[in-house]
Amino acid sequence: MAAGVATWLPFARAAAVGWLPLAQQPLPPAPGVKASRGDEVLVVNVSGRRFETWKNTLDRYPDTLLGSSEKEFFYDADSGEYFFDRDPDMFRHVLNFYRTGRLHCPRQECIQAFDEELAFYGLVPELVGDCCLEEYRDRKKENAERLAEDEEAEQAGDGPILPAGSSLRQRLWRAFENPHTSTAALVFYYVTGFFIAVSVIANVVETIPCRGPTRRPPREQPCGDRFPLAFFCMDTACVLIFTGEYLLRLFAAPSRCRFLRSVMSLIDVVAILPYYIGLFVPKNEDVSGAFVTLRVFRVFRIFKFSRHSQGLRILGYTLKSCASELGFLLFSLTMAIIIFATVMFYAEKGTNKTNFTSIPAAFWYTIVTMTTLGYGDMVPSTIAGKIFGSICSLSGVLVIALPVPVIVSNFSRIYHQNQRADKRRAQQKVRLARIRLAKSGTTNAFLQYKQNGGLEDSGSGEEQALCVRNRSAFEQQHHHLLHCLEKTTCHEFTDELTFSETLGAVSLGGRTSRSTSVSSQPVGPGSLLSSCCPRRAKRRAIRLANSTASVSRGSMQELDTLAGLRRSPAPQSRSSLNAKPHDSLDLNCESRDFVAAIISIPTPPANTPDESQPSSPGGSGRASSTVRNSSLGTPCLLPETVKISSL
Amino acid sequence: MAGTDKIEDELEMTMVCHRPEGLEQLEAQTNFTKRELQVLYRGFKNECPSGVVNEETFKQIYAQFFPHGDASTYAHYLFHAFDTTQTGSVKFEDFVTALSILLRGTVHEKLRWTFNLYDINKDGYINKEEMMDIVKAIYDMMGKYTYPVLKEDTPRQHVDVFFQKMDKNKDGIVTLDEFLESCQEDDNIMRSLQLFQNVM
Repeated sequence: MAAGVATWLPFARAAAVGWLPLAQQPLPPAPGVKASRGDEVLVVNVSGRRFETWKNTLDRYPDTLLGSSEKEFFYDADSGEYFFDRDPDMFRHVLNFYRTGRLHCPRQECIQAFDEELAFYGLVPELVGDCCLEEYRDRKKENAERLAEDEEAEQAGDGPILPAGSSLRQRLWRAFENPHTSTAALVFYYVTGFFIAVSVIANVVETIPCRGPTRRPPREQPCGDRFPLAFFCMDTACVLIFTGEYLLRLFAAPSRCRFLRSVMSLIDVVAILPYYIGLFVPKNEDVSGAFVTLRVFRVFRIFKFSRHSQGLRILGYTLKSCASELGFLLFSLTMAIIIFATVMFYAEKGTNKTNFTSIPAAFWYTIVTMTTLGYGDMVPSTIAGKIFGSICSLSGVLVIALPVPVIVSNFSRIYHQNQRADKRRAQQKVRLARIRLAKSGTTNAFLQYKQNGGLEDSGSGEEQALCVRNRSAFEQQHHHLLHCLEKTTCHEFTDELTFSETLGAVSLGGRTSRSTSVSSQPVGPGSLLSSCCPRRAKRRAIRLANSTASVSRGSMQELDTLAGLRRSPAPQSRSSLNAKPHDSLDLNCESRDFVAAIISIPTPPANTPDESQPSSPGGSGRASSTVRNSSLGTPCLLPETVKISSL
Repeated sequence: MAGTDKIEDELEMTMVCHRPEGLEQLEAQTNFTKRELQVLYRGFKNECPSGVVNEETFKQIYAQFFPHGDASTYAHYLFHAFDTTQTGSVKFEDFVTALSILLRGTVHEKLRWTFNLYDINKDGYINKEEMMDIVKAIYDMMGKYTYPVLKEDTPRQHVDVFFQKMDKNKDGIVTLDEFLESCQEDDNIMRSLQLFQNVM
């Protein structure tokens, strides 16, 4: 929970008096309050430096180490203080968080060390206050990048690690995308590069006139016509290689449709197509004109170099993102050209033998003048024409010079902005996800508390699960408050899955929905368990296994590792579970290797195995869902005795 | 002239800081001991350094206890029940006075406070519309995912049941006396009133 909410709980509970006249059922009894010692000053000894603070200050954030019962582990009864063997300088910031509600980031400390301290004390890095957040993020990013670079360098030295058993296709694709992974790939990379260069040079050279021996009249011929066979062979070889490369890439691509649509493949196609078209076009006069045009497309082979050059790709991308500025430049130039062309045309209209035969003809003059080229093939002869001509050339400089710096600055701005925006977007998603996680934590804590038999009137509470007993006073009171609300409205809190199932059951005409639908669950550590007890298990308990998987901060990692463990034998449909409960039970009896976790069901006698449960280090403040790896020694799981226990 | 006035106004706005009456006075006015008042005030001051809570903050705080649903409507009604002087902000004295009634008050006082909560327009009578608003606000706090599924007319049914019980002369409104009488006849309510005694 967020800022200092624990302070307001007594008031929220007091306000519950307002529900009393409406409640149709009797409200539950209040949780037994241990003789409250009132507010007292706690001493926290961090590596010899003593910090003193009110107990209430620490209780403000019950889901952290200092605010929950976890700090009892560090209590030294002899000296009556809490001893932490950690950095006292960092602790100052942590304690200030409790006092002020804002977590500040120390500027002179290593960001990694700060992170570690936060993790130890149970503070999420998202709690860093706005004043220090930017700097914290930047430093963390820097650090991460530096570490990543080091790792990469290490890895490159060791050689590429290929996942075992990857198919030829995957290896081929890897070779194409990262030529540095193997020598063969590198060789291929350079060979294709070489042939691209050869092809382009050939295209260029075949148009150079070369004087051969005087076999023919001394008219210079382009080399292409002099040595047609040689050039044809070279062209064929290049095209063969390009075609082979293209087909190989097509074969290796993980998603062929996407590959076909990508720019690079289009360039490849355009580069080799003219050759094939040329092969099939008969050499007659009509079509050869078109054929010659096609040869122009051969120059696009030069764009194949962009696979080999990162810089070209970046340039292409930035051009694309600067399209609007370029468009503006073009538009303003067009406007100016039209205006001046019109003016020049009418100014020169009277002259005989003028070059300015029409306005479009004047376009050429305007462009050449405005870009200060001044070829001199068209010059005005009238005085008016010359005046306007000079105005044209002066304004040309302005019109071009003005947008260009804007475009240049836009380039750099957009380029850097894109980079930063992507990163920020990714961070935002993570931040929101974490907040949602924390929020769902409190929601699920209550649901799990219910399932753990906390609401049973088991009187002495000895049979209650340890995890129920270990909740802090804050949790107890908060859950009591929520329970009161339930009783007032005669409805209970559930989670999303159960709710949608209930809705489904209602719509299906009240089909017995006791069994769980494994198929509808996301496969996670919890779903393994649901197939264990199809009939007896209450829906909610099983749902909780999924939801609690997301709750406690400590067991997050443990549960994550479990996600890789063996899953339930087969996704079973609801009807199959309804029909053959014994079969499914048998299935699970076979799965003996190990069980990832087990669910708790709130049938009173089922709570006995809990005695052996180690009290979770996370305390109940963190919805003590705990996971234990145990091999199923017993041949068959009792449907009732299924618990979630901790590693 | 006007300029200097404006500057002073601005200064005052940013530095509004309400200090509560003295500890002794509060102790005399409420049923809390000095220590309890100290604890309460430290918490309050930390959350609201300016010494007053406004409705937005109040709603946010209350919403954190009921993450499942939407507690803002009910928090709105609660806020107005706390804000006895209808100034739009709750000071520490209001806060502590209300807590004193709710936790340490007599049965009569508690029931009167509840009546005041239900009576949204503070005219001394509760009619069906006001009750509907309150009950709807309470059901909103439950959220969407409940078992059994919340139906459209559940609040209405609840209000009808309530009125049947409370409205003695069946005139469609509940007065304070009717309310007190009916509540005292109901054992459940009487028992539950003792529940929140030891909240502090």
